[in-house]
Amino acid sequence: MRQELNYLKETPSQTAGPYVHIGLAPGAAGFDIYRQELGWDIAGPNAKGERIRVEGCVIDGMGSPIKDVLLEAWQANADGIYAHPEHEGEVEEGFHGWGRVITDFDTGEWGFDTVKPGPVTAPDGKVIAPHISLWIVARGINVGLQTRVYFEDEAETNATDTVLNLIEWEHRRQTLIARKSERDGKPVYRFDIKLQGQDETVFFDI
Amino acid sequence: MKPGPLYQRDRDWHPPALTPDYKTSVSRSPQYSMISLETGVGEITGPVFGHNDIDPVDKDLLSNYAKSGESPIGERIILHGRVLDENARPVPNTLVEIWQANAGGRYRHKKDTYIAPIDPNFGGCGRTLSDENGCYHFRTVKPGAYPWRNWINNWRPAHIHMSIFGTAFAQRLITQCYFEGDPLIDKCPILKSIPDPLAIEQLVARLDLNATIPLDTIAYKFDIVVRGRRSTMFENRPEGN
Ligand SMILES: [Fe+2]
Repeated sequence: MRQELNYLKETPSQTAGPYVHIGLAPGAAGFDIYRQELGWDIAGPNAKGERIRVEGCVIDGMGSPIKDVLLEAWQANADGIYAHPEHEGEVEEGFHGWGRVITDFDTGEWGFDTVKPGPVTAPDGKVIAPHISLWIVARGINVGLQTRVYFEDEAETNATDTVLNLIEWEHRRQTLIARKSERDGKPVYRFDIKLQGQDETVFFDI
Repeated sequence: MKPGPLYQRDRDWHPPALTPDYKTSVSRSPQYSMISLETGVGEITGPVFGHNDIDPVDKDLLSNYAKSGESPIGERIILHGRVLDENARPVPNTLVEIWQANAGGRYRHKKDTYIAPIDPNFGGCGRTLSDENGCYHFRTVKPGAYPWRNWINNWRPAHIHMSIFGTAFAQRLITQCYFEGDPLIDKCPILKSIPDPLAIEQLVARLDLNATIPLDTIAYKFDIVVRGRRSTMFENRPEGN
């Protein structure tokens, strides 16, 4: 008998196309169908920590903002705990850590409200700097892109973060650092994603 | 043995980012190499959904937008299959979301201007959780082919867009399900962004007469595979040694 490995192959990816909203955000497509759309509230009402807004644009190789992008966010709570059974620790009632947002059809701007995640301690004891993982899909993107939002005002932990330090070109690390400002007394972090060009955002093959 | 990191994604099986025959990819494909990472705690975890998040009717596109007593026009189909991982283990309780054009090839979307009419009884989206064996099923109409601006005469084969979560954020996947026997499959620049013909075949749902409801609804089967995870039989050697 010939030995067989018997692994299956992952289903190949295909672009989300221009009408991704119908499936994942039907209200934005122009109709009301579900009792509730998923992913509009990342942190919930009870989450501890600092309330922040994260926003930006996704910019194509021509320098134009893309107006049919869908992004998903995944993050730990302020204590550095992910809302998942494989991560030990408690999160607040109503904290999901996951959200979904689309770009504006006219401006290409996206933005979401959440709490600032805390540093996460990896099983090997290393500290991972506070960050939000992003997954980006759109027409013309064949496989969803993965990147990370780090925070400008976490310079100290950013400096020792394993993932940031893995990026050989130090200037490219800057593409993952969201810039802080303030609006109506609330911290706003700007994170523009550039798909091409000299300052192309760092994407991860995870 | 406990589950460890995910298997490396086989990038040769997926379409590359830059596929010039699919024109939109030209300015939307990153050009630098991606940075490869081991999957850590933020990648092997991901959102968990429950039956409070969705409703049973969400998976029935024949009724989830239709007026009472009416139903959408088109070929009534069941789309069903299993969500598995690369180790061929079922993935239970995972969210599967779909969206599609109606039987005439028209999307219910404010940006779709194709001449084919909107069906007043068809929304075009559905969602469900896989059961304890990883099985999922939807009821819908078979979508129509539609033209799109790429070359001047491109037609998409009939397809249903699918979004799958798995249990880990790094398993997150969007794909499209096509239908056995469609002559447009061989001509589609989006499908042909996938280099391996066997990988393309993995996206073609098969007619499944055993799952049909006689005199009522025909069925297609489409299994979905998300990335598998390594078993940690031995501890990793500490870094730097
Ligand atoms: Fe489509």
